[in-house]
Amino acid sequence: MKTPMTACEAVDARPISAFTRVFRRAMAGHDGMRLIPAFAAALYLFAGAAFATEPCDIPASLLSGGWDLKHVTEAVAKDKRLTIAVVGTGSSLLAGPDGPRSAYPARLEAVLRQKLPAVDVRVVSLARSRMTAEDLARGMDKVLTDEKPDLVIWQTGTLDAIRRIDPEEFRAALDEGVTTLHKGGADVILMNMQYSPRTDIMVPLGPYADNMRVVAQQHEIPLFDRLAVMRNWSDTGAFDLYAAGKDNVLAQRVHDCIARGIAFMIIDAAHLHPESKAAQ
Amino acid sequence: MQAPDRSPGVQAAEKAPVVQAAEKAPAVQAAVVTPGRDLRLDLFRGIALWLIFLDHIPSNLVAWGTIRNYGFSDATEIFVFVSGYTAAFVYGKEMRERGPFIAGAHILRRVWQIYVAHVFLFAIYLAEISYVATSFENPLYAEEMNILDFLKQPDVTIVEALLLKFKPANMDILPLYIVLLLLFPPILWLLQFRAWLALGASVLLYVLTWHFGWNLPSYPEGVWFFNPFAWQLLFVFGAWCALGGAHRLGPVLQSRVTLGIAIAYLLFAFVIALTWYLPGMGPYVPHWLEELIYPIDKTNLDVLRFAHFLALAVVTVRFIPRDWPGLRSPLLWAPIVCGQHSLEIFCLGVFLSFAAHFAMIEVSGAIWMQFLLSGLGIVVMIGVAGLLTWYKRAERSSGSRPKRPPDADLAGGEA
Repeated sequence: MKTPMTACEAVDARPISAFTRVFRRAMAGHDGMRLIPAFAAALYLFAGAAFATEPCDIPASLLSGGWDLKHVTEAVAKDKRLTIAVVGTGSSLLAGPDGPRSAYPARLEAVLRQKLPAVDVRVVSLARSRMTAEDLARGMDKVLTDEKPDLVIWQTGTLDAIRRIDPEEFRAALDEGVTTLHKGGADVILMNMQYSPRTDIMVPLGPYADNMRVVAQQHEIPLFDRLAVMRNWSDTGAFDLYAAGKDNVLAQRVHDCIARGIAFMIIDAAHLHPESKAAQ
Repeated sequence: MQAPDRSPGVQAAEKAPVVQAAEKAPAVQAAVVTPGRDLRLDLFRGIALWLIFLDHIPSNLVAWGTIRNYGFSDATEIFVFVSGYTAAFVYGKEMRERGPFIAGAHILRRVWQIYVAHVFLFAIYLAEISYVATSFENPLYAEEMNILDFLKQPDVTIVEALLLKFKPANMDILPLYIVLLLLFPPILWLLQFRAWLALGASVLLYVLTWHFGWNLPSYPEGVWFFNPFAWQLLFVFGAWCALGGAHRLGPVLQSRVTLGIAIAYLLFAFVIALTWYLPGMGPYVPHWLEELIYPIDKTNLDVLRFAHFLALAVVTVRFIPRDWPGLRSPLLWAPIVCGQHSLEIFCLGVFLSFAAHFAMIEVSGAIWMQFLLSGLGIVVMIGVAGLLTWYKRAERSSGSRPKRPPDADLAGGEA
């Protein structure tokens, strides 16, 4: 817990807190009408005391989907190699000269290499801005032949929600993309949209996030619920996502934490054994 | 906004022959001419208005308490059903008393009022997001800022909004009402004489819509978020219940078997809803069940959602009878009074959710702020609803009020 690297494990040690949280949220909503001041105060103290400590804190329940990454397990066990392709859009990129180095795909590579020193980890970012799920699904064959990934992290949904693509078509595109990747022998993790409090009154993310959850469930693949994870950081005060400014610091820190969350999810779902932990 | 004159005795005398001729069932007549207003309708519509407000405040923690997180259906179902019920109650009475053309004209006038309200809300929405667009810069959200593209061509956007094709997030319900009410006069006419036929036609339209994928087009892409051809089922079902259907269903509603099925279904929906928030529970849902239930389609009013609403209604009707004394208690006065002014309070709620979002951006998005704004918003809604009631009463007691047509609040009513 002393180094920032162990932030995710720290959460794992108290999975109950996540359940308590959801429960308390539910209760708070019910009684909020009458007891708003009391509950607000109690919840605020509770949140402040328990969750504002580690910036990368993520409740374990958000990261453990219960589905396995079989190809990843196999690749690591057999060849001591792991190739991950990130297929995504603008929110997988960061602008600026040090953007590529600090966006979450590059950070994920760094974190995994540190945690799995015996494994040759490679993370390729294939993110391009302004792509819908359908655009990305069409490119999956090429991703498979070009990169031969063991795992594809597919981040999508934002542009679809902005353009109000028919949610049914969106779901069909997801379904097609995941099916292609599975046939090509790659594991898949879906990643949904960013939590963006300033714009969320304008973008109806709900139906798209729901469809991503459903597709993940049906194909038995993990969903990295970026929406809920970032929402959680905002609620606990870990990050001020309402902030405005040209400054890149917040964006880089958020991407770093997202990378740590995904690394935790991969290690957990593929049943790998991080060695840096043992070394400590 | 004023209520129509209500004198149950006269109403019954005038109405009875028509109904009897049409239905040949005296029991139905008793249901149609129920004296006074069913306060439960106002109560639940008022609560639905609060829930819609809470769900519309973006990033609101309080929204965890709203029913959408505990089952398949949400406040929209309650709202559409109750509005169908009250619309039939108010305009059905007028149609019997003054003929289908007068009643139809009044329904169309209501459509116009709702359209104007929608355009007004759109203007407020434009003001807010134009502000957000100019004040917001954050490299983390470069992709999300694409939403502001439409500000670059206001000519197209505004015209599409007036045509009800461009509908910002959370502004989908009023356009749905506009279409539902627009189609309502012939349906109401049919409901008066051939209730089962009207309901059957509605079910048929619903089935055909699912089969052929009918919907209205949206701008810039896609279709209406609330498909009027599917959601009409709930609206017409509400109207059918108001015109004697509820009475016909009486024995079914009272049966213990129905209650048992309803409770079992609500529990099932609750467990499934839990898996949405606790991904660890996902693997416990059998695969065949997932194949069967997903996706639960809100746009086309999924059968699971409709059934969930019915189950909620069965349980509610069972435990809260019409003459429940609690309905007169001061505690429930607040939601009831909100439900009685639904168009105004709905619009106010949309406005307040924009205002709350604005306050969260400008002041703080912290948890205490979310609670404060949620509470404050509901207090304002109650205050304004109370004021409207007071104003209406004052206007009525002044004595100079000319006889006006009935006014159904948001497709339904103050009647």
